[in-house]
Amino acid sequence: MGFKEFCFKKSLWLFHFGGASCNNCDIEILDCLTPRYDVERFGMLLVGSIRHADVLLVNGSINQRDKSRLLELYEQAPKPILVVAIGACGCTGGIFAEGNTFAGPVDKIIPVDAYIPGCPPKPEAILAGIVKLLNK
Amino acid sequence: MVKKTLIPIGPYHPLQEEPELFKLYCEGEIVKDIKWETGYNHRGIEQLSEKKTFDQSFFLVERVCGICSTSHPFAFANAVEEAGNIEITNRAKYIRSIVGELERIHSHLLWVGLAGHFLGYNTVFMWAWKYREPILDLFEMISGNRNSYAMFKVGGVRRDIENNKIPKIKETLDKFKKKNDLLVGAVMDDPVIHARTKGVGILTKQDIIDYAAVGPTARASGVAIDVRKDDPYAAYPLVNWKVITAEKGDVFAKAEVRLLEMYESISIIEQCLEGLKKEKEGEIEVKVKNIAAGWGTGHAEAPRGEVFHYVLTDGSNSPARHKIRAPSYTNIATFKKSCIGQTISDATISLAAVDPCYCCTERMAVAYDWKTGERILNGNELIALSAEKTSKLKNK
Ligand code: SF4
Repeated sequence: MGFKEFCFKKSLWLFHFGGASCNNCDIEILDCLTPRYDVERFGMLLVGSIRHADVLLVNGSINQRDKSRLLELYEQAPKPILVVAIGACGCTGGIFAEGNTFAGPVDKIIPVDAYIPGCPPKPEAILAGIVKLLNK
Repeated sequence: MVKKTLIPIGPYHPLQEEPELFKLYCEGEIVKDIKWETGYNHRGIEQLSEKKTFDQSFFLVERVCGICSTSHPFAFANAVEEAGNIEITNRAKYIRSIVGELERIHSHLLWVGLAGHFLGYNTVFMWAWKYREPILDLFEMISGNRNSYAMFKVGGVRRDIENNKIPKIKETLDKFKKKNDLLVGAVMDDPVIHARTKGVGILTKQDIIDYAAVGPTARASGVAIDVRKDDPYAAYPLVNWKVITAEKGDVFAKAEVRLLEMYESISIIEQCLEGLKKEKEGEIEVKVKNIAAGWGTGHAEAPRGEVFHYVLTDGSNSPARHKIRAPSYTNIATFKKSCIGQTISDATISLAAVDPCYCCTERMAVAYDWKTGERILNGNELIALSAEKTSKLKNK
């Protein structure tokens, strides 16, 4: 077992970064915590600080103001960290990619491990994405 | 002299799902002043909209805000239809209202949940969001997506609600009504919730008028404004319902207004469903060839208050100018009244009480050069630019 597998073997803690989004992806991520989906049964927990997170969830297109903050967060994160881009905006910029404040999709700014497309992706899709990432 | 402490909340704070920055200036535990900063969420929607056709713009305005993703298309449709003098069919009106009211229910439930979470009542959070799921299932059945429904278009709606779907909608709403009774009971009778929300974050009637607040925030302070009554659109003039108000203006009153409004929404939907049965299936849109040059304004009552869209058309198939004003834009200013003088622990719930939505409210004030980081435009220069564009359009 490599060091990376060892780090992600047990409960994953998630940190959520909402960029310039329409809020829907944010809500769907929160939805994963609520009774119907209940990610906490897998030991996943949304945490308040990147410093004790294993996974960084990024949704929304990233605008010029967010870019430096996202970089800063990534630098603060304990490594190894898994980065998941959520939603059409996170993956490519989606409908906002032509906007005048758009600063590039997430993978242009920080390395991304998994993409979960959809606008917004259903909570099932978010769960499936993270589980797939773990089994990789 | 007491020293003032600055407490920043945000921009990426676990309390909020959206990025925004609040600065609380406190003396001891009391909040003395508050400032907020946005811009983390700016996507340039008005500008993007001018590059798209009317049909495409609907998908864009839907994504101004994901939670009230019907109210923006609603107002936009009203604006374009006013510009183009289009009258839609009754069936389309009913469908629009049904989707709008379902959205109000899910948005209010979402707020109740989050408010519970902010108070440290995670049970309320879990309950409210659990009851919200069947409503989202209805959306999935009607439109194919849980959020962002893509139901609207100029001249009508994209998808019909066939008559065979009506019983399922009714059944879900009946079940939900019982759940809502439970939720209302839990909030109204709980002594701890009373203690935490009564007398907190009070906005008087005068404050509401001074700050031009709208929606449930205004109605909780006894100002009975509601676009659905004041300037009826879609199917609202065809059904019976009443505007819910409360007098106290505190957080509790705001919760009360929202909880009781959900019953009104259910009743509106039920009447609309009855109306649907009388109309012929499939008559959901009128064909629109082109939109003449001119302008139109449209509003709609979003779950948070009045959404306003202005569209300037030049005879082509895309808006020449598109202006959006979302309810949170005025509601957020009331923080200056509701939070000051509160303790820090009450400030969070006072902030949450207006159900602020920052992705709607985003404004840009200053532009920076992308590469050098140099400031290139300030507010006045931006205004001058905008004025120049208007005069260009005028002379065209
Ligand atoms: S992917 Fe879609 S739902 Fe998610 S933030 Fe972007 S526009 Fe909103």
